[in-house]
Amino acid sequence: MATITLNAVKKTYGKTEVIHGVDLDVADGELIVIVGPSGCGKSTLLRMVAGLETITAGEISIAGRKVNDLEPHERDIAMVFQNYALYPHMSVRKNLAYGLKIAKIPTDEINRRVAKAAKMLQLDDYLDRKPRQLSGGQRQRVAMGRAIVREPAAFLFDEPLSNLDAKLRVQMRMEIKALQRELGVTSLYVTHDQVEAMTMADRVVVMNAGIAEQIGPPLEVYRNPASLFVAGFIGSPPMNFINPALLSDIAPAEAETLGIRPEHCALTTAEAGRLSGTVAFCEALGADTLVHVRMADGSLLIVRSDGDPIETGEAVGVSLETPEILGFDSDGRAIRS
Amino acid sequence: MVEKRGAGIWFTHLSLILGIAIICFPIWFTFVASTVTQEDIIRPPMPLLPGPHMFENYAKAWNEGVNAPVSTMLFNSTVMALGITFGKILISILSAFAIVYFRFPGRMLCFWLIFLTLMLPVEVRIVPTYEVAANLGLLNSYSGLILPLIASATATFLFRQLFMTIPDEMVEAARIDGAGPMRFFWDILLPMSRTNIAALFVILFIFSWNQYLWPLLITTDPEMNTIVMGIKQMFPSGDDWADWPVIMATAMLAMLPPVAVVVFMQKLFVKGLVESEK
Repeated sequence: MATITLNAVKKTYGKTEVIHGVDLDVADGELIVIVGPSGCGKSTLLRMVAGLETITAGEISIAGRKVNDLEPHERDIAMVFQNYALYPHMSVRKNLAYGLKIAKIPTDEINRRVAKAAKMLQLDDYLDRKPRQLSGGQRQRVAMGRAIVREPAAFLFDEPLSNLDAKLRVQMRMEIKALQRELGVTSLYVTHDQVEAMTMADRVVVMNAGIAEQIGPPLEVYRNPASLFVAGFIGSPPMNFINPALLSDIAPAEAETLGIRPEHCALTTAEAGRLSGTVAFCEALGADTLVHVRMADGSLLIVRSDGDPIETGEAVGVSLETPEILGFDSDGRAIRS
Repeated sequence: MVEKRGAGIWFTHLSLILGIAIICFPIWFTFVASTVTQEDIIRPPMPLLPGPHMFENYAKAWNEGVNAPVSTMLFNSTVMALGITFGKILISILSAFAIVYFRFPGRMLCFWLIFLTLMLPVEVRIVPTYEVAANLGLLNSYSGLILPLIASATATFLFRQLFMTIPDEMVEAARIDGAGPMRFFWDILLPMSRTNIAALFVILFIFSWNQYLWPLLITTDPEMNTIVMGIKQMFPSGDDWADWPVIMATAMLAMLPPVAVVVFMQKLFVKGLVESEK
């Protein structure tokens, strides 16, 4: 159990800087999810914490100890990889015990820890199987188990669920979260899936092009995105962006773009709405329907409606919950009122 | 597979049996010749059924041979073949490990130099190699039989390709588990290459067993003859008299070890060539 501190961490490959100075304080027992599109540097950042990539500048501390120049196994961390990286020729038991064996931990202590982890992850019956005899979800559990038995100061997860099917992903998401709570181990979790970020994180770090755009609790990030990028990335369907000219009476003077979430829009008659357009297409999700409305200026606006799908081409009006409208300036920064 | 019925199945089997018969006939012929007397062989037509002299012919070959007893030659061949095979595997797996997993100056140069030696088989470099081996006093010794043939670009290349298919996360997981480079090699890389090593063992063993030109040059003492070259040495030169039944018995005995290796390692061999799951 420990804190993790990143202080102006930078990474360059040759002359290209891929991480432009990231500051982050992870509190003891906290689960931080680093989320961002592919190539934003989130995995690189995690691998720097793990010690698999060198740190070009800045400082990383784990449990108050500077770890910049320590080997991965000296950093007291455990990592769960995207493709699990289980040793294919070793049984589950040996996979779990391998790190402990190298660390020269006494055999009965190893057995105790392996048994405990196996019980926690419901792997008792599979201890003598080889990884290839297990299903995807079970392999994922073994990878988790390998992290747990080390009893590390921190867990590092590198997109651990992206190789699982959608249903299993939802289940494992909750299991990992519950396990992390139970063990109280400080965790960094990298994903490109914003649903994972929203549901699992104590705090979210939204990364874009090597910069941490916003750090905060998931709902805070959702409700008050710090930038246009965060607003567009977090939330599915994404936030609607509207040209301020269409709403000139309520738009802040310096606003370049206005944003509103689909759930804060509602369909109404063509005359009554703040905005109007024609229905481009509908996505019926069951509980609600996403109506894509083609505006007068050609842009699309998504409305989350609880009604049934509407005929394409029908003229509709859209009413907006005006207090929920956000303004963004010419740099893409949110305008705070 | 298309399932055949009736006449088709008979025809298939007949052609297969015929093919096997054609391939096996010379071996059968050799076997028959090793069980009869010299006179039976020389007097046409040659018999096609085994004679009653099998035991004495084989015993003579085993204990006396023509120049050297077959037992000695078999021993020499075994030492040479195993030495070359294990040496090749050990050296090539270690060099592939170095090339794939370590970043050192001149790494690609090393790789290409190794790769280049593919173009220089023993036959091409035989004179200088002989010169070097002779100067080092390796004539008529096991080291002389083994060492000049021990490097293998093919095997290095094979292991390099295999290692490159092993995901990087495997190395990273091992690093986080605290395994150093050699520990990683022993505990993870070696077991993961097991089937490939077995496949390579079969190929290399047969390659080494069948070495002919090099042993012919480097050994002059009949006590150091290997069996494959030894068979040729048994042939008469000029008007000498050839003991064909003993020569044929020697040929049969020379075939046994490679056959045994293939039969016993066939399963692993096939697995090594086709297995892709990592």
